[in-house]
Amino acid sequence: MQQGRQLDEIRINKELLNGALETPGWWKWAVLLLGSVVIMGVVVFGIQTNKGLGVTGLSRPVFWGAYITTFVFWVGISHAGIMISAILRLTQAEWRRPVTRAAELLTVFSLLTALSFPVIHAGRPWRIIYWIFPYDFARGLWPNVRSPLVWDPAAIGTYLTGSTLFLYVALLPDLGVLRDRTTGWKHAMYGALSLGWRGNPRQWRLQTVAGVLLSALMLPIFVSVHSIVSWDFAVTPGVEGWNSTIFAPYFVIGAVHSGVSAVVTMMALMRWLWKWDNFIRPEHFDALARLLIVVATAWFGFTMVEMLFSLYSLEAQELAFRDMQMFQWPWAGLFILFLLTGFFIPVTMWLFKSVRNSIVLMFWTSILVNIGMWLERFLIVVPSLARKQPFVYTWGSYQPSFVEFALMAWSFAFVSMNMLLFARFFPLIPLFESKESQIFTTEMKIGRTTIPAVLREQE
Amino acid sequence: MVTQQDSPYNWGMVVDIDRCTGCQACVLACQVENNVPLNTENLYKQQRIYSWIRIERYWEGDFPDVKARFIPILCQQCGNAPCEPVCPVYATYHNNEGMNVQIYNRCVGTRYCANGCPYHVRFFNYWEPVWPESLRNQLNPDVTVRSRGVMEKCSFCVHRIRRAERKARGEDRLVMDGEIQSACSQACPTDALVFGNLNDLTSRVSKMSKDDRHYKLLDDKLGTDPNVVYLARVEEKVEEGAAAAHG
Repeated sequence: MQQGRQLDEIRINKELLNGALETPGWWKWAVLLLGSVVIMGVVVFGIQTNKGLGVTGLSRPVFWGAYITTFVFWVGISHAGIMISAILRLTQAEWRRPVTRAAELLTVFSLLTALSFPVIHAGRPWRIIYWIFPYDFARGLWPNVRSPLVWDPAAIGTYLTGSTLFLYVALLPDLGVLRDRTTGWKHAMYGALSLGWRGNPRQWRLQTVAGVLLSALMLPIFVSVHSIVSWDFAVTPGVEGWNSTIFAPYFVIGAVHSGVSAVVTMMALMRWLWKWDNFIRPEHFDALARLLIVVATAWFGFTMVEMLFSLYSLEAQELAFRDMQMFQWPWAGLFILFLLTGFFIPVTMWLFKSVRNSIVLMFWTSILVNIGMWLERFLIVVPSLARKQPFVYTWGSYQPSFVEFALMAWSFAFVSMNMLLFARFFPLIPLFESKESQIFTTEMKIGRTTIPAVLREQE
Repeated sequence: MVTQQDSPYNWGMVVDIDRCTGCQACVLACQVENNVPLNTENLYKQQRIYSWIRIERYWEGDFPDVKARFIPILCQQCGNAPCEPVCPVYATYHNNEGMNVQIYNRCVGTRYCANGCPYHVRFFNYWEPVWPESLRNQLNPDVTVRSRGVMEKCSFCVHRIRRAERKARGEDRLVMDGEIQSACSQACPTDALVFGNLNDLTSRVSKMSKDDRHYKLLDDKLGTDPNVVYLARVEEKVEEGAAAAHG
């Protein structure tokens, strides 16, 4: 079992509350920088709304491009939370403890970002509300429930609700700690947020039950969210590269690949920025890298199977699409970059223990994975549309414009800024989880043997 | 609740490839009739031209026996349209007259229908359409001008259909065969495009659609069940030896 260092509770409180109670010097500048990127994104979106989607690189037949790719990308990243906090919680993997909250937080913010992309992408974003809410009962006008674009907000909305509840329930004991350590308006804020948390046995029992229940209830979402996102593509019979039955599991496993990699990136940053060396240990990176090797290999298997099956039909337009995707510049370059960054470089490196235990190397390999995963979605979305059906007369190509790059930058800045703002007021590493973990790993000596001081109840 | 009633009409079209010369008269007529934005040089460069009906040119055979072929492609008004189920707001749906209709007011511009359409006949307004001052009075008052951010496509000249239906209803009769012509079929000099009611078994379009040469685009592969029927080109049989002697 991976263990942290043995620390007393006072030290845990002091170290983990260093972000919430004292502000590190770099924090202000980082938020300022990210905030300016966010504002730039809002301005660019305003320009796009004013001028029309002509300011993007989209065309006919490439009607979907970087926005949809980025949407899928962020939904993929959001799988971090469910993998780390729900699945690892139910399987009682101890090493998950320090990262549960950060992973769940990443889920919430990346889902918010993902949800904004269909709006950014739409031709008339001010009317997008028609998508989700039935709006004219008298005339029987409803959203079209046959459309995957109506399933999307339903699935993501469910996931967002579940994740937010999960995050909040796990935050309650720490809010109580913060309430007791602050004065003035902060005291009032934490007091209201902690919902009268006193830390009595009944409250602890309820909090634990709620956590386990939420994990279990969220398990179906683990499969459903990215399956539904993949069906945005897979249900389209007219597009060769999209219409594939393997897409749902393929996208889910790809989402876990990118989500867990994003957690690795985030853990490295947390360790460096808030100096939580005592909590985020090389052993944790090692465990995540082992998990990632399995996930990445399974995902790569799906990638290969998907390509093999589609090429097996030897249909002319399938061949034309694959020819563009794999052999035509610049798509060929992106394709090779995708294979290298998504699989070959990181997985080969993770096979070595020295890499798995090196935080710098883990940071960069996890970044590589997410570059590769973005490219994967891009190479599915765009060449499929550019080589749609045998009507060669209207085949096209695509290049993202400045506006699209700006809004992609906005999405990254938006998520990072929100994480930093959260870290300013709440501990990113759960205090009570760290203490619980300490208790589980406390040992005592009886005679010559050492045994665990606390026996864990088997659920 | 609005419920769909059976209609005596099922509008369809027959496209006789054998008669098509690729003259593009239909393309121009459609552009003028339906207030389709002008295809400027910039739009071409951006790959964003509008052409509710287009003449695709393709080549058959190997050099030197290569032949240029033309096929007019417009919205196929599919009975089982891939564009319809994917629209989240029902901006495109199938009406009871066999037409795939686009409701500009409802469209939010997800462009999902355009991805679904295998015929590439849906067009998106990436920019607000503008017409030069000299064409100000050219716009057809019967047809909506579409704003930026919505999809558009061939409507089978629905305004002409509605006008004829209204007139017929006033006279307490059904629309007669030949009473309605879409702009493209009206403009076609070789009569390659024939428009009419497929429910009326005596109509010209019904009879022609049962011709031995008939086929439907991509229907065998995707099962889209279009209301546009193509009649294949009649090939003159060239003997192997004769072709060699000719070459």
